[in-house]
Amino acid sequence: MQADPTETRLRDLMLASLDGDAAAYRTLLAELGRHLRPYFIRRLTPAFASHAEDLVQETLLAIHTRRMTYDRARPFTAWLHAVAHHKFVDHVRRQSIRLTVPLEDDAPIFAHDDSADALARRDLDAVLDTVPSRTRDLIRRTRVDGASVAEAAAVHGMSETAAKVSIHRGLKSLAARFAGGRND
Amino acid sequence: MTDELIARLSADLRPVRRTAMARLLLGATILTTIVAALAMNMWLGMRPDMDAAMGTMSFWTKFSYTLSVALLGAVATLALARPDGRIRWPWWLALGLLAVLVILGFIQLSRAEPEMMMPLVMGGTAQVCPWRIIVLGLPVLLGAVLALRRLAPRSPTLAGFAAGIMAGGAGAWVYSFACAETGMMFLALWYTLGIVAVGVLGALLGRFLLRW
Repeated sequence: MQADPTETRLRDLMLASLDGDAAAYRTLLAELGRHLRPYFIRRLTPAFASHAEDLVQETLLAIHTRRMTYDRARPFTAWLHAVAHHKFVDHVRRQSIRLTVPLEDDAPIFAHDDSADALARRDLDAVLDTVPSRTRDLIRRTRVDGASVAEAAAVHGMSETAAKVSIHRGLKSLAARFAGGRND
Repeated sequence: MTDELIARLSADLRPVRRTAMARLLLGATILTTIVAALAMNMWLGMRPDMDAAMGTMSFWTKFSYTLSVALLGAVATLALARPDGRIRWPWWLALGLLAVLVILGFIQLSRAEPEMMMPLVMGGTAQVCPWRIIVLGLPVLLGAVLALRRLAPRSPTLAGFAAGIMAGGAGAWVYSFACAETGMMFLALWYTLGIVAVGVLGALLGRFLLRW
């Protein structure tokens, strides 16, 4: 956990921020905003993707007003994840939004950071190379980068339904090939 | 929008001390415990036989049981006030203390004359004891909840319960200076009832007031 470069860098920024370093704080908040946006988008159905920006702001505000609850001896990303998760659950309850992933899912915010997990990313590239290029791009946009189906469909000038079918078929063939025939 | 927010927040940045959270929570608790002590002194007054009581085991058992529960509650509250806070051992330790107290209570009862049994369990104040503990715990609970509103409890209900156990323990500790009961079983039953009642009140308050 401590060896993770993202954790180390963000924690250093946070510690400097707690000591009153405004420049470090601004860098930290900007970077957290960039991580949090796809994190929330992935958790919202496309219809509610527009709520992601509100959630990012609510989370940044909570980080600010409740920063004294961060224990300097513990990992910063764990604290950040707990704040973001709390804000997400709270938002979902208030808005009664349908979810794309269950609330219990504790997928970390940094799993989809560019710097993290280069190996997994290479595996993903290899796996995705086995489906047609347009399907590959649709899957990448909607399932990895956090775009909505509508947005991804618009890029390829196709209808949302067609994009959905294409994504579904692509995932199905991937599942057949790589999940030992398990299909879901 | 978000950039504006970031600019506004970083302009508003003030340094935070390492011990800021503990200071806030314990400061509020100690201050309100003093309020409870003053209230106890005006309302009930110290027990008249205080000097003699200082030499008895029953006084020090009451004193240390209630103070320990208050401290365990404080430890739990401090942990549970964080968004990633989880803690179990203070609850087990508090239950362990209660178990020891019940065992002491049975030992005391087994050695007592048959006609002394009821007085050791019910005392003369079983009807009022839990209520007085609730009243004396209330200011401490309010202080702790106000402090917790500035923090970020993972579970508002659980953090409220922990604050309630801390406040109930503090209220009971203050009350132990006014209460002349000597039964261990009395302590195990009626003091615990009062403390747990404040805990439940804290959980209810927490559920509604500690959302963030």
